[in-house]
Amino acid sequence: MLSSKASCNSHGQDSSYFLGWQLYENNPFHEVENPTGIIQMGLAENQLSFDLVESWLRKNPDVMELKKGGESVFRELAFFQDYHGLPTFKNELVEYMAKIRGNKVKFDPNNLVLAAGATSANETLIFCLADPGEAILLPTPYYPGFDRDLKWRTGVEIVPVHCWSSNGFRITMFALEEAYERAQKLNLKVKGVLITNPSNPLGTTMTKEELDHLITFAVAKNIHVISDEVFSGTVFDSPGFISILEAAMDRNLENTDVWSRIHIVYSLSKDLGLPGFRVGMIYSNNKTVVGASTKMSSFGLVSSQTQYLLTNVLASKRFTSKYMKENQKRLKKRKEMLVSGLKKSGIECLKSNAGLFCWVDMRHLLSSNTLEAETKLWNQMVCDVGLNISPGSSFHCSEPGWFRVCFANMSRGTLQVAMRRIKDFVERSNFMGRIKMNYQQNMSSLSRKLLSNWVRKLSSPDPNEHER
Amino acid sequence: MGLLSRRATCNTHGQDSSYFQGWQEYKKNPYNEVNNPNGIIQMGLAENQLCLDLLEPWLMKNPDALGLKRDGISIFKELALFQDYNGFPAFKRALVDFMGEIRGNKVSFDPNHVVLTAGATSANETLMFCLADQGDAFLLPTPYYPGFDRDLRWRTGVEIVPIHCTSSNGFKVTLPAIEQAYRQAQKRKLRVKGVLITNPSNPLGTTMARDELYLLINFIEDKQIHLISDEIYAGTVFTSPSFVSVMEVLKDRNLDQTQVWERVHIVYSLSKDLGLPGFRVGAIYSNDPVVVSAAIKMSSFGLVSSQTQYLLSAMLFDKKFTKEYMSENHKRLQKQQKDLVSGLEKAGIRCLDSNAGLFCWVDMRHLLKSNTFEAEMELWQKIVYHVKINISPGSSCHCIEPGWFRVCFANMLESTLKLAIQRLKSFVSSIAMKSQSHQELKSLRRKARNNWVSRLSLQSFYDREQDTTTEVSFSYRPHFMSLSNIAATLDAAA
Repeated sequence: MLSSKASCNSHGQDSSYFLGWQLYENNPFHEVENPTGIIQMGLAENQLSFDLVESWLRKNPDVMELKKGGESVFRELAFFQDYHGLPTFKNELVEYMAKIRGNKVKFDPNNLVLAAGATSANETLIFCLADPGEAILLPTPYYPGFDRDLKWRTGVEIVPVHCWSSNGFRITMFALEEAYERAQKLNLKVKGVLITNPSNPLGTTMTKEELDHLITFAVAKNIHVISDEVFSGTVFDSPGFISILEAAMDRNLENTDVWSRIHIVYSLSKDLGLPGFRVGMIYSNNKTVVGASTKMSSFGLVSSQTQYLLTNVLASKRFTSKYMKENQKRLKKRKEMLVSGLKKSGIECLKSNAGLFCWVDMRHLLSSNTLEAETKLWNQMVCDVGLNISPGSSFHCSEPGWFRVCFANMSRGTLQVAMRRIKDFVERSNFMGRIKMNYQQNMSSLSRKLLSNWVRKLSSPDPNEHER
Repeated sequence: MGLLSRRATCNTHGQDSSYFQGWQEYKKNPYNEVNNPNGIIQMGLAENQLCLDLLEPWLMKNPDALGLKRDGISIFKELALFQDYNGFPAFKRALVDFMGEIRGNKVSFDPNHVVLTAGATSANETLMFCLADQGDAFLLPTPYYPGFDRDLRWRTGVEIVPIHCTSSNGFKVTLPAIEQAYRQAQKRKLRVKGVLITNPSNPLGTTMARDELYLLINFIEDKQIHLISDEIYAGTVFTSPSFVSVMEVLKDRNLDQTQVWERVHIVYSLSKDLGLPGFRVGAIYSNDPVVVSAAIKMSSFGLVSSQTQYLLSAMLFDKKFTKEYMSENHKRLQKQQKDLVSGLEKAGIRCLDSNAGLFCWVDMRHLLKSNTFEAEMELWQKIVYHVKINISPGSSCHCIEPGWFRVCFANMLESTLKLAIQRLKSFVSSIAMKSQSHQELKSLRRKARNNWVSRLSLQSFYDREQDTTTEVSFSYRPHFMSLSNIAATLDAAA
């Protein structure tokens, strides 16, 4: 009766990543009204710098009121549905994107295609680059939403490129080749690799070496590279951010084939903290891709009201410089608070320099090195400890015990509560663990004694037997 | 196997059609009363620009709506973070109330059955993804909106099979036509998953009669398929008969608790009624919870900006305003439509009798050189390039009769409309004159030929007679002209 897409669950929303959200929504923490509720640490949102944006808006009321020089531009905006986007908006966006990359890369606004969020941008790119049944390689761990965004309606497959903690989850040539071979064995034609840089959920920026591997691989296999750079403005520490285009330029690849096979996805949801406004984009040097994705963007255009607002925000260069600097400072501080808080509980995080989350190592808290144990721990974290964190398995991580924990979507006070809860949990677990261990040790020592007594009794005559 | 996908490299996006080509020509040379008075007048864009002057004062009186404030307090942060695909609850409530109002409150809608999408374009595609698989088909009455070729087919892989409607009955949908289309789909080995109608119709500008809706409901009941009713023009019904939504008909027939109830879905948008296409506000309404659930997840690919949801929830909640707006909107649409219809009539061009929409379905069959689509294209090109008016040829709407054109009237000032009508009048007169001189030329040629033939036969008669009589008067001696002389004379007279 309905389509197979409507009746299957390739939307992936039965995954624990989304289930955790639902549990949180049923019992959300509130400092005053629900202090024992679940704290949302599974949502990668940037709520740390709103005051900066709000203050700018207060000083520039014309912008919200859809006025220019005191005159209303409401009419023009009400009719503006050109899928090429507001030209001034695209000009500002490319400048902002360049700024984030230290102006080492320049972008052409004619190569920019607007979309209703990175979700829409990613799906559109896949529609343009791959046919149903073809495949895209993705390094693990990766953002759970990709299972829906890249596969659901496109019919394209994801083949994971396995990365391991042994080298900090870095992408290796070996891992890429291995994934490619696996795809071939499954009779899947690989059309490209999709990376998230900075990485979600790792919170790390890719090294030059990794980017070079990817480019070399893409050249050798004649495939595309999609670089989802939505977190590029959240790099708060060294090493700095290197965009894939910068790496390609360093290798003088601008006039070669592979240049038109590298595509970037960006959005204002993470950097500026505006996910509700649905502003995403595709950047490509491939004219056909730009042409096709521009037409496809009809299915998810950005509201002209929003384009106008953000054109003006981004046009204020003083503001964007100040924002970027302050935002990065705050992210760094908040991350350090999380990392040190976890450390006090004996929990380590992967060393990170970007993003709105940490990749947390809880392997030592697992009862066994298994997926089941991770799920059990996750259940405890959500239901007993009251923290919605995201289990590594939902990110397709190959090693159990890693969790993504977000830090930028809450107040300091809430983060402190979260840290306390974890500490209590770990202490309880340790305590219980010690008791259990003692008990087990005692039990085993006691049973050993009893057993050896019994054996002795059996093996030698008891002088007091007639007295039982 | 190509480097890019088939979708990226094919042209199922349909944007090579004349519908879009006309737009491109207009963009190269757009009419402007002051700056470019000889430019192309855009009459191929179905937009409602007649009532913006009503929206602007409302915005000034309600600064909180644009300012993202509630009782004077900024809720910017709340909105900036709001990306819940279930939509802003207040907005959905206001939207269903507005939809109910448009239908004379004969139907009421449940906000939990609404899925918000970035425009009707997104809504229609999403519904296709939910209801049909690649290779399945939907039946669509012709003529239909050219954008459907892209919206319903491009990325979904779903096929459209036309239900051919003709001018013999005002392009109404008939049972034989639907059944013919169904058989056609079966011949092509396509599984039909549903019918999609646009009501009020684009490009006809007419509302569907109750009996048409009954027909469709019976058909989908019988075949166990879906019915999508794209009702984006529901608020543009400016005269009788009034709008009857498919939901109303289902209720009238007490079908609201039956299976077919769950197979009827509505698409709506604020682009046409409120004239806000730039804000990208569309919606799917369905009574099937599985469809609602799947569509909501899919709406992630095209959510409505929270900034816009907030603005419009405030506007639609102001019932006094929406009532006044709709009333004035209808009045202005009716006037502009009447101006177009009467203007065209003075030029000898008739329109299909219409009561809704932002356009008229215009009969220019009599202006075609021949009853063919080539002749329609030729006429269209003349109108775009020489008359400088972009209108949409019926073939781009898949009409099976050449000579019909969709002409929009709600996206321009009265003065521009007058100018367009004047241009068309002159064009039609020039055709008439050419046609008249062509007819005269034809008639002259016929006379000359007849004269020549009769002179030849007369001459031979005379020649024959000379032998028999001496009384022939030589006063009548026809002036014998060579054929080439005759032709040269006639050409000079043309």
